[in-house]
Formats: sequence, structure tokens, C-alpha cells
Amino acid sequence: MEIHRNITDKLLVVGVWVTAIAVTCLFAWILSDILSNGLKNLSWTFLIESPHDAGRSGGIASVLVSTCLILIICLVVALPLGFGTAVLLAEYTSEDKLFGRIIRCNLDVLAGVPSIVFGLFGNAFFCIYLGMGFSILSGGLTLACMVLPILIRSTEAGFRSVSDDYRRAAAGLGMGRARTLVYILLPVAAPGLAVGIVLGIGRAIAETAALLFTSGYVDRMPGSVLDSGRSISIHIYDLSMNVPGGESNAYTTALVLVILLVVINWTSTWVTNRFSGGNLLY
Amino acid sequence: MKFNSDGILLWLLRTVAVAAGGVLILIFSFLLIESISAFREIGFFRFFSDPSWHPNTNSNTGSYNLVPMILGSFYVMLGAVFLATPLAILSALFCHFYAPAAVAGFYRRIIEVFAGIPSVVYGFWGLVVLVPLIREVQPPGPSLLAGIFILTIMILPTIALMTDAAFSGVPKNYIVAAKALGMRRWTMLRAAIIPASRFGITAGVILGAGRAIGETMAILMVCGNVVQTPRGLFDPIRTLTANIALEMAYATGDHRSALFVSGFILLVAIAAMVMVADLVKADVI
Repeated sequence: MEIHRNITDKLLVVGVWVTAIAVTCLFAWILSDILSNGLKNLSWTFLIESPHDAGRSGGIASVLVSTCLILIICLVVALPLGFGTAVLLAEYTSEDKLFGRIIRCNLDVLAGVPSIVFGLFGNAFFCIYLGMGFSILSGGLTLACMVLPILIRSTEAGFRSVSDDYRRAAAGLGMGRARTLVYILLPVAAPGLAVGIVLGIGRAIAETAALLFTSGYVDRMPGSVLDSGRSISIHIYDLSMNVPGGESNAYTTALVLVILLVVINWTSTWVTNRFSGGNLLY
Repeated sequence: MKFNSDGILLWLLRTVAVAAGGVLILIFSFLLIESISAFREIGFFRFFSDPSWHPNTNSNTGSYNLVPMILGSFYVMLGAVFLATPLAILSALFCHFYAPAAVAGFYRRIIEVFAGIPSVVYGFWGLVVLVPLIREVQPPGPSLLAGIFILTIMILPTIALMTDAAFSGVPKNYIVAAKALGMRRWTMLRAAIIPASRFGITAGVILGAGRAIGETMAILMVCGNVVQTPRGLFDPIRTLTANIALEMAYATGDHRSALFVSGFILLVAIAAMVMVADLVKADVI
């Protein structure tokens, strides 16, 4: 019996190390594959040249511009909504009030809704019902709905991490709640908001399925936000599935996307650690 | 002079919060509205009893069997959850109880980075690396198995991070008490840590399953997209999500409406899973 337990103990040690090494190797394999194949044509000109011949040659300039425009629209709409909701949830409703619970449950489900369903909704609502057609505007608005839960969750965590002493001190000085919010809480909770924005951008930039039927496929340089524009992730999808011979440019585009996301991930970790000792993200 | 900025702010915030909460209701209603014509013209049961999936603009000449795609989605999810759960739990155990602090921190960073890699990149890697490997073992290559592998890689970080968070929530006293009783590490894990964090782990697995069933791009790129009920791991399949992505571009009339029905089914399934996960995490069940 004693020996038997000893063996289980040892086996588990081996088990966790083997798993960890295997997972690391798997991820190293994926990363090195994209890195080695993508670096071949990654250059400055790749970033500033527009795609030619359905993307087989040329760069991704117009794709990057469309992606940026989609992101900007997404943030302009999602930020005020997300920020306001987070303030209400953190400062004005307690954990067990019905109103707060309903909103929170709603947002949890929204966070789990598959991106293709957002795509269907965006197509029916923004493109057709509101008559925006296949456009960067529709895509950005669809993404705004998608990043809302992430934005709210981190911002709310930021406000909750502010010590109650601040609120009591402000009340003691006779400050109203609106003034307390703007002058006391906002500066302290700002890192939470920053993390939310960074994570939201990360989710938005990685999105493909929700944009297929909202912002569309067109790879020309967009003239306005009512034009259809191709995002960077759709560019990868299109090059690898629909364009024979597009593989090498797909690799390079994938590398650009991965680099962007790693930078975004590091920024959010840096902000979290720098300003709050690491308890913002949960 | 009676300008009540606090009251105005509160009402402003309430309006905004209602708008944010309303997004889900808006999505729900629009999917329902778009589905109604299919429910009326085709009827609910034909989605399960029609001979095949050959959709048409006019419901009388098309057939609309969603069962092979529902099964496809279900099998890929089941396979991925089955493979990813043990790996994710072992990963989290490694981070928390076995690895030296520096290694644990590094490993956690790797998992976090990979949780953020977009599905289209995983799908692309699967298409150019994994599918050719499977083709060598048994053609055609794009298959249920490829889908299961890619999804496993994708949901492993999700489940691992949730399990990791659940382990962090276990009170320090448990560990101290277990050490004081002279328990071995495995005994401590089995008797104290894992039971104490089982709700968090379950919630992580459910959310991972939700991510797996809703995944579109990676599946679309590696599964072959043939509408059939798979008889083996090497058969190509098409999932509900891939079906929407493939056909939405040209669908009109009842066909389009039928695609919204499948989106509606997905939405309801996911909503149920998220709510169950929330209840489990809150220790209700």
C-alpha cells in the first residue's frame, strides 16, 4: 500500500512535466513554423504596398488600413457603452441586486456567443435592416457588440480594486458621487480601463467569422467607412482557402497578426503589473 | 441652481447599461425574426427528418436536414473536450504545485499568449501542416480528426487558465493543513485541492466546450466541409458553424432563413452552457 502510493506520487510528477513539455513543444512548433515561413518575405514594403493578383503578390497596406478603420469604429462605439456600464455595475449596484445581476448574466452569455452568430446578427441588423450594406461601418459596429463584455469586465475589476477609503474620504470632504467618480476613482481605476481596451483590441483584431458577412472581402484601399474592407484575419483566410499560390503571403500576414497580438498581450500584462500588483485580470 | 449632477449621472449610466444589456436581446430577436419564415415555410421537424441538406430558395423544392451538421459539431466538441481537459488540468497542476516559480511564470505566459492567438491562424497552421500529416496516415486528410486536434489546441489554454484560477482560489489553510498532516503531494491534491476547486474546473470545461462548439474558422479550414454523418475519425465533416460561413454568402429566401435557424440553435445551446457554467461556479448545483 505504502509503495503503491509512492508510485502514484512519482507517476504524477512525471505526468505533469511530460504534459507541460509536450504543450510547450507543440506551441513552439506552431510558432516556429509561422515565424520561419513568414519571415521570408516580411519587409517594410510588404506593409506599405497594396495586394496585387488577389493577394499572391504585393503587400497588405489596404488590409491594414481597413483593419484600423474597423477597430476605430469598434472602439468609438464600445468604449462609452462599456465604460458607463462598468461604472454602474461597480459603483452603483451591489453584487446581489436584481438589476445588476440581470445585466451581468446578459453580458456573460454575450461573451460566449459564437462569432459566426455575431456575423449573422450584424448582417441582418446593420447591413440590411439599417441599410449600411457590406461596409467597414457594419463590421466595426458588429465587433463593438462583441468586445463589450471584455471591456466591461476589466473596467469593472479596475473600479472594484479601488479601496473604499478613497470613497469615504471623498464623501467626508462633501464631494458628490459624480465628482468623486471623475476626480478620485477614474485616475485610480484607469489601468483597468487600459487593460480592457487592450484586450478588446486583441479580440477585435483576431476576429474573422463575424466580419465575413459584415465588412466583406474587398481588398481595395477603402475610400470611406461605407466601403467594404477586408480585415487582416479575413485576408489570411482568403489567401489560404480561396487563392491557390497565396500560401507564402498568408504566412507573412499571419506573422504580422501574431506579432501584433503578442505585443497587445504584453502591453496588457505590463499595465496590470505596473499599476496594480497583478490583481486586475481575473 | 438645483442642478443635480449626481442624479443625471445615475440615469445616464442606467441608460447605457440597459443598452449594453440589450445587445444580447437584440441579437436574440433578430435571429428569431430571420428564422421565422423558415419555421413557417419549412417547419421545425423537417430540419431533422428531411432526407438530406440540399437547400433551395423555395422551401418546397429543397431539403433541409441539419442532423449531420449538428452531429459534426457535437463530435468535434466532444473529442476536443475529451483530449483537452486532462491536458489542461495537468498543465494547471504543473503551474501551481510542481514547477519552480520561474518556470511556472514562463509557462503561464506561454499559455496566455496562445489563448490570444486567433482561430484563423490555428486554422491556417492546421491546413498547411496538420492536414498533410493526416493525409499521409490515411487520405483524404481534412477530417473529423484534424478538427478535434485543432480544437484541442485552441481550448486547452481556456480550460488551463480557468483551472489555474480555480487552484488560486483554494484557501491557503487547506495546503497548510495537508502539509501538517504529513500528506504526500498527490494525496493533498486528491483529498483537498481538487475537490475544493471542482466547481471552477467544471466551469472552465463547460466554457471550453462552448468555445469548441462555436468555433468557425479553424474548423472550416481543416474539416473538409462534406455534409455527411461521419463513420470514422478520418471522414471529412461539416459543422453548423462552417455551414453558415460557407453558404451565407449566396443564400437567399428560405435557404438564408434556414441558416439563421442553425445560428439560433447555436445561440440557444451556448446560452444554456454559459448559464450552467455560471451556476456551477457560484456553487448552486
